[in-house]
Amino acid sequence: MKNPSVDTHLLPADSGTIGTEPLLAVDNLHVEFTTRQGVARAVNGVSYSLNAGETLAVLGESGSGKSVTAQAIMGILDMPPARIPKGEIRFRGTDLLQLSEAQRSQIRGQQIAMIFQDALSALNPVFTVGWQIAEMFRVHKGMSKKAAYAKAIELMDRVRIPAARQRVNDYPHQFSGGMRQRIMIAMSIALDPEVLIADEPTTALDVTVQAQIMELLAELQRESNMGLILITHDLGVVADVADKIAVMYGGRIVENAPVHDIYGNAAHPYTKGLLESIPRVDMKGQELYAIKGLPPNLLDMPTGCAFHPRCPFRQDNCVTDVPALHEISGTRSSACHYWREVLDGTAG
Amino acid sequence: MSDTLTEQKPKSVKPPKQKKPASLWSDAWYDLRRSKVFIIAAVMIAVLVVMSIIPGLFSSVNAFDPSTCDLTKARQGVSGLHWFGTDNQGCDTYSRVIYGARISIMVGVFSTLVTTLIGGLLGLLAGFYGRWTDTILSRVAEIFFAIPSTLGALLILALVGRDNAGIWTVVLALSVLAWPMVLRIMRAAVMSAKSQDYVLAARALGAGPGRLMSRHILPNAVAPVIVVATMNMGVFIAAEAALSFLGVGIQSPDISWGLMIADARNRFLQAPEALLFPALFLSLTVLAFVMLGDAVRDALDPKLR
Repeated sequence: MKNPSVDTHLLPADSGTIGTEPLLAVDNLHVEFTTRQGVARAVNGVSYSLNAGETLAVLGESGSGKSVTAQAIMGILDMPPARIPKGEIRFRGTDLLQLSEAQRSQIRGQQIAMIFQDALSALNPVFTVGWQIAEMFRVHKGMSKKAAYAKAIELMDRVRIPAARQRVNDYPHQFSGGMRQRIMIAMSIALDPEVLIADEPTTALDVTVQAQIMELLAELQRESNMGLILITHDLGVVADVADKIAVMYGGRIVENAPVHDIYGNAAHPYTKGLLESIPRVDMKGQELYAIKGLPPNLLDMPTGCAFHPRCPFRQDNCVTDVPALHEISGTRSSACHYWREVLDGTAG
Repeated sequence: MSDTLTEQKPKSVKPPKQKKPASLWSDAWYDLRRSKVFIIAAVMIAVLVVMSIIPGLFSSVNAFDPSTCDLTKARQGVSGLHWFGTDNQGCDTYSRVIYGARISIMVGVFSTLVTTLIGGLLGLLAGFYGRWTDTILSRVAEIFFAIPSTLGALLILALVGRDNAGIWTVVLALSVLAWPMVLRIMRAAVMSAKSQDYVLAARALGAGPGRLMSRHILPNAVAPVIVVATMNMGVFIAAEAALSFLGVGIQSPDISWGLMIADARNRFLQAPEALLFPALFLSLTVLAFVMLGDAVRDALDPKLR
């Protein structure tokens, strides 16, 4: 079932883990968009890695480059206007960016799959959901129509769609938002991918449904040991599910941390701001905290640290020097000149 | 005042629908069946199609056979024997009008088929691949688009010459000038369908270009092309009549409404029926297709209502 041509290689020296190459490694990835107004640098040297069975949450505002990174991994960016001037995306040691379109097409869906934010618009309105799930088996596995439909019903059961057998011939618009997202998930896990990228899978859903979908994803992950990348702007959603968090700002990763370390203990002012802007029950009646200012303009990035115009702890060198990603411990890093002070609470 | 109670009939209660129509096409068909415009247009077109396939059903005189014409009975008025009178050659105008439906329908159908297939295919490619494919196809289409269609068709048919003129040259002349419109509509529809999330999602799940086009883009982009194709059918029929009227289209002894109108125009004041009847059939045919196109558009695009 797995593509035998993709071997597991020994790791290069700069890899984050010890012993073996991670399942998926993004290394110093740059993505630019050529627009009429100039070159928009959406991703500026992002690196992260993912092991089998691990969940990485990529956190950031709109325009932080988190979705563009995911689309670069999938190879579904429109090029042009997009361009990848630098970087590597290694899946089991093979740089995906060096593969031909036909080879990448083989990996998409079978080894790396993706689900989208709005499942209604991500499902084809003119075909029944059963047809769309069955298509995965018919195209990639050459199954007969009947066998593929049987598998589709099986999958719909697996993602807990009630009365799957009766609903297999319904159209996407006849399902509720949560059920549609389940169908999208069913399609994406149909071929047992090793990596699943979920791009804001719960943003369009009710809060109660959000929890169910996250639970479903976590459960499917446990069953199949796949690597899961959760792209979100909602810290609350990922707390229970994620193993580690990468916070993105202005096309860079500003903080890496295991999920339990980051809450209440941020090492970057931006992460701190994000955590403080979560509404809390014990702060009822008080004004909600918001990070001041606007996300950076990708066409005209601030000099130095991209966050400096909004940073409450800004010092003079933040305006001129781009901070490196400082290692704090084996699993934590922060791209702030003053990460020690932020961590101690003595900054500003 | 009569007793209103006894006159009141209970309103007929329709049984509730058993299953909600769900797909775009079954929804559209559900709407169409309830549209008066569609029913009227469909009945008219059905009659015309039967007329063009088996004209003998409507007329006992075979107008394709010149021996049914009698020069001694030329230019007769309306009578019980000749419902629409007779023409310059003594042929029965009514049977000629009936037999004339065939060429009109054929020109309409074949020109529409050719333009829809060529324009649709090229529009799909231009919209899907974009960039230089789009640039080349769109520029070529614009060159053809810039030619005034009546003048262009006249020119093409004049170059072909009267001796070679016939139904296929008319189809060719009309198609050559009309495919760019279909290309434009298809291209625009494909470009908007292409940017939908489900196309990106299908790509992310491993669908190749062929599959994306055939399964995800075409079914979602074909509706406006169907509407235009339906309306074009009427437009082509009118254009054929115009070209035949001008003498470059269908040639005698073939029977065309445009040709009949041309033959009858000099004696319009003496015998208006010889011109009015083919003109009436022509107008009704064009109207039927335009109405059909309208109804189909209403059914396929609920946002327009």
